[in-house]
Amino acid sequence: MDREKRLEKIKNKFSSAVSALEYDKVGCPILFCSKEKIIELLTFLKTDEALKFEFLADLTAYDDMGQPEESQGRFVVVYNLYSPHSHDRLRIKVRANDGEAVATATVLWKAANWAEREVWDMYGIPFEGHPDLRRIMMDQRFEGHPQRKDYYWRKYQLFLDAEPMPEELLKG
Amino acid sequence: MSKDGSPGFFTTTVDALANWGRKNSLWPMPFGTSCCGIEMMAVLSADYDMSRFGAEVVRFSPRQSDLLIVAGTITNKMAPVLKNIYDQMSEPKWVMAFGACSSSGGIFDTYSVLQGIDCVIPVDVYIPGCPPSPEGVIHGLMKLQERIATNKGGEVPLKQRRKIY
Repeated sequence: MDREKRLEKIKNKFSSAVSALEYDKVGCPILFCSKEKIIELLTFLKTDEALKFEFLADLTAYDDMGQPEESQGRFVVVYNLYSPHSHDRLRIKVRANDGEAVATATVLWKAANWAEREVWDMYGIPFEGHPDLRRIMMDQRFEGHPQRKDYYWRKYQLFLDAEPMPEELLKG
Repeated sequence: MSKDGSPGFFTTTVDALANWGRKNSLWPMPFGTSCCGIEMMAVLSADYDMSRFGAEVVRFSPRQSDLLIVAGTITNKMAPVLKNIYDQMSEPKWVMAFGACSSSGGIFDTYSVLQGIDCVIPVDVYIPGCPPSPEGVIHGLMKLQERIATNKGGEVPLKQRRKIY
């Protein structure tokens, strides 16, 4: 099944949720999806026999503040999928506003655990149903989300004592 | 010891002997974090040999070393760990800030990078460069040896910490 037919199949099944097929500079297809249907779409993409996008290559986000599309959602969560069977790539984007939660992809891929923690740490997008949502790169006492466009890039918060360890790790 | 407290002939000779011994047998504790760590490995290996300055053993334990070489970018999350390692070293100890990132934060003037390790520990010699050339490192090491010989090691005051916004 070649790429055009695959994209047709996705669009036929999810015509209400999926919109705007674009291509980036190297020809990777990008699909925007609505926030409510994202887990359904990802499950379909992972399990369908013809599509089989079984590899979550990356889960990241970006802040779209100041751009004209900001009215639909300030943050964009990006899922990069790869199919080892047909060697095809696909990018799914989901728009979310400040404070809105996105359903977690850890139900499908365990690798999404740390990637969603990084998105939470850097952008402040909470993931509903995530087993362990806490900061991964910054100190646990850090205030703010650094990769947002309105965080002053030079404002650093220095903690001179080591951060306290969470109790679950101390017990085991 | 003479009556005004200044050390007499015997004490200064013993001091000079002790300093000679210390400067010629510096055992480094390599705290290599990023690219400067590779450069430090290059200085320690065959072509620019640092072991001819006494650093034959490179001790990875702070308890057994006297020179802390901080090579690489230190982030704000790593700063308390660095202070911990420095505190575990026994006197006399010296610190070498290897490269631009540990001297001043380097090109990374951002929210996550410590702007110079002298914000948390006192430094004796700064070696500029990104990464510094091995000749520069050896020059810095010899300057440190001169400092030890004139007994000025380890008393550099902590630089006033940069204003946090």
